[in-house]
Amino acid sequence: MATTDATTLSASVEPTLGVRRKSRTNFQLAKQRFFRQKLAVVGLVLVVLFLFCALFAPLLAPTGYADANLMDANKFPSREFPFGTDTIGHDMVSRVIYGIRTSMVVAFSAVALACLIGVPLGLAAGLKGGLLDFIVLRLVEIMTALPGILFAIFLMSVINSGAFKRIFVGGQVMNVVVVIGITSWVPLCRLMRAQILQLREQEYVTAARSIGATEYRVAVSHLLPNAVPPLIIAITLAIPAAIFAEAGLSFLGIGINEPVPSLGKMVSDSRQYIQLYWHLGLFPSLAIALAVLGFAFLGDGLRDALDPRQI
Amino acid sequence: MARYIIGRLISLIFVLLVVSFIAFTLMHAVPGGPFDTGERRLPEATRQAQLHKYGLDKSIPEQYVRYIWAVLHGDFGVPFQSPNDTVLGLIARAWPVTIRIGVPTIIISFTFGTILGFIAALRQNTWVDYTVTTVATLGLTVPNFVVATWLILILSTQLGWVPTGGWGEPKNYIMPVIAYSLAPTALVARYVRVSILEALHADHVRTARAKGLSEQRVLRHHVARNAMIPATTVLLPEIPNILTGSIFIESVFRIPGIGRFFVTSTTSRDYPMILALVLLVAAVWGLTYLITDILYTILDPRIRIGGGSMRG
Repeated sequence: MATTDATTLSASVEPTLGVRRKSRTNFQLAKQRFFRQKLAVVGLVLVVLFLFCALFAPLLAPTGYADANLMDANKFPSREFPFGTDTIGHDMVSRVIYGIRTSMVVAFSAVALACLIGVPLGLAAGLKGGLLDFIVLRLVEIMTALPGILFAIFLMSVINSGAFKRIFVGGQVMNVVVVIGITSWVPLCRLMRAQILQLREQEYVTAARSIGATEYRVAVSHLLPNAVPPLIIAITLAIPAAIFAEAGLSFLGIGINEPVPSLGKMVSDSRQYIQLYWHLGLFPSLAIALAVLGFAFLGDGLRDALDPRQI
Repeated sequence: MARYIIGRLISLIFVLLVVSFIAFTLMHAVPGGPFDTGERRLPEATRQAQLHKYGLDKSIPEQYVRYIWAVLHGDFGVPFQSPNDTVLGLIARAWPVTIRIGVPTIIISFTFGTILGFIAALRQNTWVDYTVTTVATLGLTVPNFVVATWLILILSTQLGWVPTGGWGEPKNYIMPVIAYSLAPTALVARYVRVSILEALHADHVRTARAKGLSEQRVLRHHVARNAMIPATTVLLPEIPNILTGSIFIESVFRIPGIGRFFVTSTTSRDYPMILALVLLVAAVWGLTYLITDILYTILDPRIRIGGGSMRG
């Protein structure tokens, strides 16, 4: 299923790029480099699968995420319940599918927020320099000093307690998204700034300037396009980190809570029954591991395909 | 050099001040105080007396200034979660536990990571290399509480070799150290592999080979030595990272270290404890970055630091 998705994707791209010219474009070369790597393809398949689960959760899950039947509580995996049931009688298959949906929603939104903060800041710092650069750098320094997951825990508990009620009107999922977004924009900002600083010194930029290109034109048509591939890689690698963060916060009991299903919370809840019911922790934790691995393999593969100079 | 170090230290103090200010303001944005949470509702008079005792009835700026002043005198206050203790006392008791898990973790991860990275680099693009890089990605990305859950499932639930958690016996070290060392091992292996590969393709290595030096000599004197520079500077910050503990590992295996206090202190709104922990971790990190940058110049004489221009 996922592999056919990948091939249809490449098939739809070929006529527009491949047929017209005989020489291969950068995109095709990158694609070829990507599909040569087995792990990257595995990553792509996993990512497509998880996104499919997240998108079509209501169709795939046998029951709703809150549907429980106490008569079926604590069932071990069987033909009727492939992943078993939990202590209240939720079907674990449905719980895991909806948990994947929560993970994906949180991860993608949080990374989008991180991009919205980090990319413009990095761009501005790199392009303008001077005072702006100084301020952004100090901001980055302070954020780096605030210890990652610990700062997230701290922020989470502040928000959970009802502070900033007017700003955080959204539910618990929204709060987790905001906290993860706020605590993970720094690498993206740094990358963007470093890219701009490095690209600015390239010969083709000097060449563009020497034939009279304006600052704006240099920024938009020479610097930005070349900064995009590393950014895509960084975003792909930021997603597993966000999945990790959500699962972690929920695991500690300060992220997403009932009734919204979260894989991290499921792993955490399973601990008190771990001596008896091994299946409660196994399947959610496998889902987390495969989701993070999928994105990490995909990101590594993209890096090798798009930016062969880097290791 | 001395000027550079002093400049960095001043900037570190500035950062710590800002960090403490942010943490302080955020904490006080929380409605209600530590003495009106549900479980311990106090009579109004007692509550006022308590607030007065801890100085919580003052204005926020005044509280902040008082706090910083006290901290400068080595007084981090009294943790609300155990009022008969001091914050420093509590940390002094909990941190050694975290360090006792951290030291074996560091030894194991650096030894195994270096060996694995070295082997993978020397056998680049063979199955050995692929296995190491795959396992390294696995170790780096799979959350340690997931690994910890699997360890409990296998080692204690199925095999019954070790207790599921707790503290005090030598047996209690096994699972936390394994779960905790996976990620750093993976990180070390990845960086060592990359640096060795880079060094292997360097010009001076080709020259050394062209001179007819034995492969062993080339590897030991020309490759390993040069590869250690980037690896050391990237990997050194891992050490304080490990020594400040993992919230997940400590809560899964019920270890009474400082990692756990982050969660218990935030949920019980133990302001002095949270502030002290945030400052502690921020200070440890800041100092590590500084030491790493200085080490970098010592290890690699090509890099010069001038007047703090190396920032960012």
